[in-house]
Amino acid sequence: MSFISYFINGLSLGSVYAIIALGYTMVYGIAKMLNFAHGDVIMIGGYVVFTVVSTMGLGPVAGILLAVILCTVLGVVIEGVAYRPLRMASPLAVLITAIGVSYLLQNIALLVFGSNPKSFTSVVTIPALKLSQGKLTISGETIVTIVSCVIIMIGLTMFIKKTRAGQAMLAVSEDKGAAQLMGINVDGTIALTFAIGSALAAVAGALLCSAYPTLTPYTGSMPGIKAFVAAVFGGIGSIPGALIGGLLLGVIENLSKAYISSQLSDAIVFAVLIVVLLVKPTGILGKKINEKV
Amino acid sequence: MKKSMKKLLSLTMAVALAASLTACGSGKTSETTAASGESTEAAKASGEGSFKIGGIGPITGSTAIYGQAVMRGAELAIDEINASGGIGGTQIEYNFQDDENDTEKAVNAYNTLKDWGMQMLVGTVTSAPCIAVGAESSNDNIFQLTPSGSAVDCAKFENQFRVCFSDPNQGAASAQYIGENKLATKVAIIYDSSDVYSSGIHDKFFSEAANQGIEIVSDEAFTADNNTNFSVQLQKAQDSGAELVFLPIYYSQAALILAQAKQMGYEPQFFGCDGLDGLLTVENFDTALAENVMLLTPFAADAKDELTQKFVTTFKERYGETPNQFAADGYDAVYAIKAAAEKAGLTADMDASAICDALKTAMTEISVNGLTGENMKWSENGEPDKAPKAVKIVNGVYTAM
Repeated sequence: MSFISYFINGLSLGSVYAIIALGYTMVYGIAKMLNFAHGDVIMIGGYVVFTVVSTMGLGPVAGILLAVILCTVLGVVIEGVAYRPLRMASPLAVLITAIGVSYLLQNIALLVFGSNPKSFTSVVTIPALKLSQGKLTISGETIVTIVSCVIIMIGLTMFIKKTRAGQAMLAVSEDKGAAQLMGINVDGTIALTFAIGSALAAVAGALLCSAYPTLTPYTGSMPGIKAFVAAVFGGIGSIPGALIGGLLLGVIENLSKAYISSQLSDAIVFAVLIVVLLVKPTGILGKKINEKV
Repeated sequence: MKKSMKKLLSLTMAVALAASLTACGSGKTSETTAASGESTEAAKASGEGSFKIGGIGPITGSTAIYGQAVMRGAELAIDEINASGGIGGTQIEYNFQDDENDTEKAVNAYNTLKDWGMQMLVGTVTSAPCIAVGAESSNDNIFQLTPSGSAVDCAKFENQFRVCFSDPNQGAASAQYIGENKLATKVAIIYDSSDVYSSGIHDKFFSEAANQGIEIVSDEAFTADNNTNFSVQLQKAQDSGAELVFLPIYYSQAALILAQAKQMGYEPQFFGCDGLDGLLTVENFDTALAENVMLLTPFAADAKDELTQKFVTTFKERYGETPNQFAADGYDAVYAIKAAAEKAGLTADMDASAICDALKTAMTEISVNGLTGENMKWSENGEPDKAPKAVKIVNGVYTAM
């Protein structure tokens, strides 16, 4: 019975990682860069929901909608200000600016909200599910998190395959120059990618803070880094890879806490990154692309 | 392109690991903000100079709540003392420096205060900086009284004293209380193995539990980098049949544990130490989750005695919030210095080293009725002798037991 509980909690945690990993994997797949500020957009999303629900007294739905809107705008602004001017720069410069944005967001939150942790009121109103005469309890937060992850994955896959904007994303990820020749607005497509990734980060922030109800300026950093590990694990650039990588990583983390050591779980999680890069650098679903000269 | 791809991936790995290491020091900023606390310099009676008391603690960063509280508690005490004539007729000057809970910044703050002419130090607030500063203050023979540094080494040198309980002291007292009152025979522990406070209490509690007939059926840890998801730790405590969960941790993690325990339908008796003080003040925390939580604490803002009520009222008027135990520790630290200084007959023109020598002896001879203990006495190893109070949270307030 314990194993099932650990596994389900791992799936829940993994679902959050998967949703966050989508942002990394989309941005990498399309813009070929790594947005390390993504984790801190999660934190901004959490604070927006907190402010709307707990301070203004509006409902959870309003909180999430506002968080999604604000984070979408934030994502587009970040892309326009910090990344677009470096489009042709070396990858190292883009990495550095991403980390700069990350620290900027953390410190702005520290100034605005202070360092004291806030207790986050859950946006989930579904009651817990009790199985096996109450020996196994699955919280509403767990159910909603897993279901949200599935819905988002399906929705995003359909968006990319069935809409013109989605097809444009595929084209840009394939060959940016050729896509531009074909009349695709590359800058607009990349901005849209950031918008979608940031909107998902807001959702992830709300779900993460509902399951583990604390909120500080550093809330998003560690989940963000782990989601990056998940993206690499599953095959960065691959949307199904983000799902698989996220779920596997969440389960690995929870089971290693349960059966190996609750103190070594982070070491194990980051060891996964090292092993993946050594053994299969493209990740589970990543494919090796031979670049044509 | 293939070459730059590999380069990018290797850079990615390096940066991710570097970012991971950076995340561990999340409280650090690149700025060294030396924010001076309010320097209370009233008119100097008899014009014979003044005593210079320094304070060190975090007033910015992730542990700012502790440093702010101590700074304010000490300010309040100093203003009261100055208003009633000072120490033996001599006024006190107070200068507080920020250490951001960082050992290097703490030593910088200490040196800044030395340059200012500090004669006595109330600080540091948190344990790791206190240990670092202690190495310096013992070299300089400057009297150091930490209000709230609870690690064993915070009172390692003979010039160092503390107001709060030490970690082992709290661990032993908790086990004794649970055993003597027969609260539970099967106990689970959830603690922070990366924190010196939490580990110190845990280790002593674990060893003392055997003496009290308490069986530790689950002993799980977390670390500072993984301190939000407690589902595994709670599941193990539940599976082991623990009647009581001992939480030698700070209140922000305790709030999370209480919320997650409720989510999974687990309702043991929760028991904590003074780090749990502040639980009810977590912004937006549902205090119903804390119902029946028990803790050993030296200070309760809801206590009825005259001294506490006066302190709480004045603190609220001045700072707009209810004081926590750190504020009370800061307040008591200043009054302990006052008592020792008067006992030793100190004058403001004495140098810091002479003052320190005199206070080392005087501290072992005084008895102070303070907010955090009645008839507090100190032994020459710097430890206080006072009784902890056990309180239970009922209807959102501490209730004595």
